[in-house]
Amino acid sequence: MGLPLFPPGDDPGPSFAALLRRSGAESALRAAAGVTGAGTPGDTRTAAPSVAHGTTVVAMRYQDGVVMAGDRRATEGNIIAHRAMEKVFPADRHSAVAIAGAAGPAVEMVKLFQTQLEHYEKVEGIALSLEGKANQLGQMVREHLPMAMQGLVVIPLFAGFDVRRGQGRIFTYDVTGGHFEEADHAATGSGGRDARTTIKLGWRADLGREEAIELAVRALYEAADEDSATGGPDLVRGIFPLVATVTAEGYERVGEAEVAERFAALVERRGIGRGIAGGGP
Amino acid sequence: MTMPFYVAPEQVMKDRAEYAQKGIARGRSLVACVYDDGILIVAENPSRSLHKVSEIYDRIAFAGVGKYNEFDQLRVAGVRHADTKGFQFSREDVDARSLANLYAQFLGQVFTHEMKPLEVEILVAELGADGRPDQLYHIAYEGTITDEDRFAVLGGETEVISERLGASHEDGWGLDAALRAAVAALAGPDRTLSPADLEVAVLARSMQRRAFRRLSHEELTERLGGPKRGRGSRASSPATDGDGGAPQSG
Repeated sequence: MGLPLFPPGDDPGPSFAALLRRSGAESALRAAAGVTGAGTPGDTRTAAPSVAHGTTVVAMRYQDGVVMAGDRRATEGNIIAHRAMEKVFPADRHSAVAIAGAAGPAVEMVKLFQTQLEHYEKVEGIALSLEGKANQLGQMVREHLPMAMQGLVVIPLFAGFDVRRGQGRIFTYDVTGGHFEEADHAATGSGGRDARTTIKLGWRADLGREEAIELAVRALYEAADEDSATGGPDLVRGIFPLVATVTAEGYERVGEAEVAERFAALVERRGIGRGIAGGGP
Repeated sequence: MTMPFYVAPEQVMKDRAEYAQKGIARGRSLVACVYDDGILIVAENPSRSLHKVSEIYDRIAFAGVGKYNEFDQLRVAGVRHADTKGFQFSREDVDARSLANLYAQFLGQVFTHEMKPLEVEILVAELGADGRPDQLYHIAYEGTITDEDRFAVLGGETEVISERLGASHEDGWGLDAALRAAVAALAGPDRTLSPADLEVAVLARSMQRRAFRRLSHEELTERLGGPKRGRGSRASSPATDGDGGAPQSG
């Protein structure tokens, strides 16, 4: 690998994906963004019941910024592939990205996205705006479309703290890379509908940190209750949903002990687990 | 048809070296030194936006003196190299030594084969991890590479500045003491450098993954605002040592 220098007319600028393409490392990029169609067209065997899928991920605004949470289960068809998978990642200091869909390409996409944001920041000397980051992620989802057509769909959820506006913002995506800003909250993945309903009922503009975390955990619980591909809190193994906050101070992962505590408080207050049909006296 | 005059290779090299040295000496100097929590880099640079010191990767920083456009091109190439390598392999596999070698090869290549040598001198600094020491790679315009483990001086008047910094250098000193000594060494006995004339950054072990941090104008004013500042400050006094290693409770 030599020093990557380019003539002025052919400079990839601050784009990391363009750099990979130009420096002949497309294979790494192809794996990440799915630039070419893997497999022959019409070969539906690759469209993949045997690929790990997920997920319910949620994001909502609260008074200091945004909170984002995701369950920990990955499934292959009707088999549980992983019990402790992480689906919420820091994108950079002031934003977070969560993923739903085919696990392998999704994690690769996150890795490329993280590298891209940091690369831009270092080359240009200033971080992208939150809007710019959301756009970048949209382009990556769009480039992934050929793979999505073969069944390897990746749908991210993006949230961050907009340091210029001083507030948290949330963006959702569709499979074509179209992205939409959500006003207050969003959820995606196979259990997204149930999670969304739960949040809708409990959300207020002045939620504090604890309340927001509790609502996120509750939304994931309700989703797991209805959707087999979403994992609930695993008390036997001590696996709890991954929760993170993004505020003016930056991305912060909420400690597992605190999530467990929120969940315990939830059980106590709402009486979850009592009055199961046929179970009560 | 015109016949080119014969010029001896020795003469060509000498002319090129002289040309590059002149270009570099016109600019202002830069020093880097190791302190107890990492590496400090201090550049004389009145511009707030055209940086001489920048981040390359998690534990690697870049600094350049000479022609801005030339060393900035090298900086961007370094970021590209490091990010590509980290993406293809792993973040741990990115190291300063291989990057410094690439820079040295490139500068050497340009020096011998191109019409005009690059008028730059660069520094690649790496924060040591897992027991490895901090490393400062100093690369000259013709591709000579040297590694230092205490301090490095780039630019014009390097001998004088090295001497001044060497005289006040202490192993394991704190950030404030190192910063004052570095600024005093850059300024010399007859000048005073204010925070507005300086660009300062550190690679600090106490940071998280990305160790690079710029010191803001306010922080710089505060850290330099000690009793010993300005003329005659290079003779280090015991008073400056106290606040560098201030006791930390907890």
